[in-house]
Amino acid sequence: MAAPGNITEPKGITRHLLRLNSWLVFVFFYAPIVILVIFSFSDNRNVGVWGGLTFDWYRDFANNEPIKGALTNSLQIAVVSTLVAVVLGTLAALALERFTFRGRKVFDALLYLPIIIPDVTMAVMMLLFFAQLAQWFEFTKGFGTIVISHIAFNISFVSVVVRARLAGSDERLEEAAMDLYASRWQAFRYVTLPLIMPGILGGALLAFTLSLDDVVITQFVTGPGWDTLPVFVFGLIRKGVTPLINAVSVVMLVASTLLVALSLFIQRARSTD
Amino acid sequence: MTPAVELGGVTKRFDEVVAVDNIDLTIADGEFFAMLGPSGCGKTTTLRMIAGLEFPTQGSLRIFGDEVGTLAPNKRPVNTVFQNYALFPHLNVRDNVSFGLRMQGLNKAEAARRAEELIDLVQLSGMEKRKPSQLSGGQQQRVALARALVNEPKVLLLDEPLGALDLKLRQEMQTELKGLQRNLGVSFVFVTHDQEEALTMSDRIAVMDEGRLLQVGTAEDLYERPANRFVADFIGHTNLIDATVVDSSTIALANGTRVAGTSSEAAGTAVALSLRPESMKIGRSTDAVPGDGATSLTGTVTEVTYLGLAIMYKVAIDFIEVDVRADAVSPDDRLAVGDTATVWWEHDAEWIVPGAQ
Amino acid sequence: MRTRIAGVQPPRQATPEFEAANLRQRKRRGLLMALPAYTYLVTFFALPLLVVVVYSFATRNRFGGTDLTGWNLDSYQQIGNELVRQVLVRSLILALITTALCLVISYPFAYFMSTRKPVVRNLMLVFVMIPFWTNFLVRNYAWYVILGTDGPLSRITEFVGIGATRVLFTQTAVVLGLVYGFLPFMILPLYAAIERIDGRLLEASRDLYASGLQSFRHVLLPLSMPGVVAGSILVFIPSLGAYVTPEVLGGAKTTLLGSYIVTQFLSSRNMPFGAALSTVLMVIMLTAALVYFRRGGRTL
Repeated sequence: MAAPGNITEPKGITRHLLRLNSWLVFVFFYAPIVILVIFSFSDNRNVGVWGGLTFDWYRDFANNEPIKGALTNSLQIAVVSTLVAVVLGTLAALALERFTFRGRKVFDALLYLPIIIPDVTMAVMMLLFFAQLAQWFEFTKGFGTIVISHIAFNISFVSVVVRARLAGSDERLEEAAMDLYASRWQAFRYVTLPLIMPGILGGALLAFTLSLDDVVITQFVTGPGWDTLPVFVFGLIRKGVTPLINAVSVVMLVASTLLVALSLFIQRARSTD
Repeated sequence: MTPAVELGGVTKRFDEVVAVDNIDLTIADGEFFAMLGPSGCGKTTTLRMIAGLEFPTQGSLRIFGDEVGTLAPNKRPVNTVFQNYALFPHLNVRDNVSFGLRMQGLNKAEAARRAEELIDLVQLSGMEKRKPSQLSGGQQQRVALARALVNEPKVLLLDEPLGALDLKLRQEMQTELKGLQRNLGVSFVFVTHDQEEALTMSDRIAVMDEGRLLQVGTAEDLYERPANRFVADFIGHTNLIDATVVDSSTIALANGTRVAGTSSEAAGTAVALSLRPESMKIGRSTDAVPGDGATSLTGTVTEVTYLGLAIMYKVAIDFIEVDVRADAVSPDDRLAVGDTATVWWEHDAEWIVPGAQ
Repeated sequence: MRTRIAGVQPPRQATPEFEAANLRQRKRRGLLMALPAYTYLVTFFALPLLVVVVYSFATRNRFGGTDLTGWNLDSYQQIGNELVRQVLVRSLILALITTALCLVISYPFAYFMSTRKPVVRNLMLVFVMIPFWTNFLVRNYAWYVILGTDGPLSRITEFVGIGATRVLFTQTAVVLGLVYGFLPFMILPLYAAIERIDGRLLEASRDLYASGLQSFRHVLLPLSMPGVVAGSILVFIPSLGAYVTPEVLGGAKTTLLGSYIVTQFLSSRNMPFGAALSTVLMVIMLTAALVYFRRGGRTL
């Protein structure tokens, strides 16, 4: 992405103001997280008040069955929806970037909608859709409905990431592979796939995170016993807050950071550019 | 002997654009063959059709006698060295080179062994584990060569492979490629827009423009006996003087001057007289001595350029300007701008090409 | 590309028919690859979308269910109500304020990022992205902790002498939460746009006697405009339909569009009205997206 000429830093007071602004943004980003972590160790039922060091809330979390159940639900849903979304999304990206076909433009547009749609609207959509469906078919809301909804928006995100990766890679490489006796499938498997793998992994990570993060859509389509962690915590916040939520939040934070670190590590280990 | 590649009436159309227009071409076994022409002339498209990366819209394409027009590229005994090398960035040098062998089913050990042989051949020993991004342009080019040659193709195709290299490196690679081809005895089909490159390396050259094949021949054929205006102008430097045929041994220049010129065309046909600057002579009108049988014209020197080895004069004669190349002489003996000069050429220096501008 | 069937016919000469057949085969293959995602999205996205629009024309029956016969525009007319208009206007204003704040904060930051060395730039990018990867709910909750009565912020303002404050459950808190959540969405497109600008253009501007401010106004800003537009849309749309942030940080007093829509489905059980509101929100979003793409915007 290198521009022909790099932008040089301005002189004088602008320079200092810019630096100050950047540092403030940095603090703004991370201070709340730090505070959250600090107060998760606070021995005081009042969430923002410090009351001495304690690990009680974490112990509560470890023993809290409903929360752990919600966590398991979240993970199961995230894994399934990510897997399906990655397959469908990658295929879609390949189709759009390497082929032409009738209805391509419509497909392209359709693929973008889930990205820009506000999640409230999507939640409403899925709710009414399943409500209508329930009038004709027998089924209970729960795992199925949540997974279906998550896949619906994750396909688009995966395809955007993979497409970006595909667009940047040279089609000549696939031609070179065929010139070197590779069949279409071999060219895909040994040349295209390794090259877009960082994109696929990035898309998978994004899908996984979005699925874990989701509140509204899941809330609207969930069924008995299938609350996910965010939905559960959301409910807790509205009912009555204790630092237990802090502890849960910190655990979720650590988990996502680890996930990102893991993916970065994997990318570095296999990629060249 | 079966020719390595035969194109019969091959045409390629992309929607309305005719990229390759009905060409017939034969490339012999063991030949270093160049396809030369300006950008967009269809030479790369033709090469891709031989490789199988494009299919002809029409026509017959044979490789060693077998029709391959509709055959997929991975089924042809042909390999390509691409313009920007197209090395696989995620594989190291050895895996790049052994790729074709592995795709054909060869086991890992044997493929690696043969790859290493070729890596030695192109003088890149020690670089097997490196990735393409860690190599210089010249090194990448050698990898691309090795990667293609390790498969022992019957024909090697090269698409402007030296374009990205600087001059010195390019000249070195030209010599190396020529030597390699001679040693291997494999037909090389080489695409370039640099005529000097084509003239230096090739056994025979095909000149193309706008999809059409204009002339095929050795470097000497093309230089001494260009078949038309374009070839005469494209190869080397020449003066093209418009003229009309008078009879089989005379032509008339635009100002009416009759000069000697052999042509089999009918009287009145528009032709051009092609004169290479180095085959023309120049001298001060006062002391010039053109021999018998030489045609001479008089004009004024408008430009003098010192070229080290020679001096290039631009002489304005009536209605045209010609470039004449003369040996370098001391400044006193040189003509100066504004001098009246006589320009003459022997009968065998001239060459008639058909067609007006 | 047609490959030779082993042992059977030898390859024929190329003809225009072959070329056409080849193209058709390629198209078919492309369609086949796109089909799974295509079918899925039509079934589980386009169809639900349609259902919403259909519901928006339905009527709410006495029991809180929906009567799909008898189409009318009642739900849309309800949107003209005083209360609804208040909610809409409030949401629009808040979304605009959020977008403006994000822009003002992000632009210098993105510009600063562009002036750094590549190593530092990537590091800064990672730092911007990390909060993005952490759970959205958790990030909003963090502000809940900070802004409450006796919370850290209150402690600071007491210490400074302003006295105890409780920002939680105010519109300010919501804006704060929204800005916090959507800042990366503004920074990334801005950075992408600014980074692409040739630095020599700015130098040329200085060479031609422009002051810093003038260079900004006449060179930097226009050239970075695609990024500004992209970022603004990426912040404005979600802010307009925000639900989680207002619920966690706002109070019962400030109802915004997102919460209002949800209420129709969870408590008021006025599905047609909720559907109508959702449709309106969707139309706004589609218009904005179209504007963006018309202006030659590329992929997000």
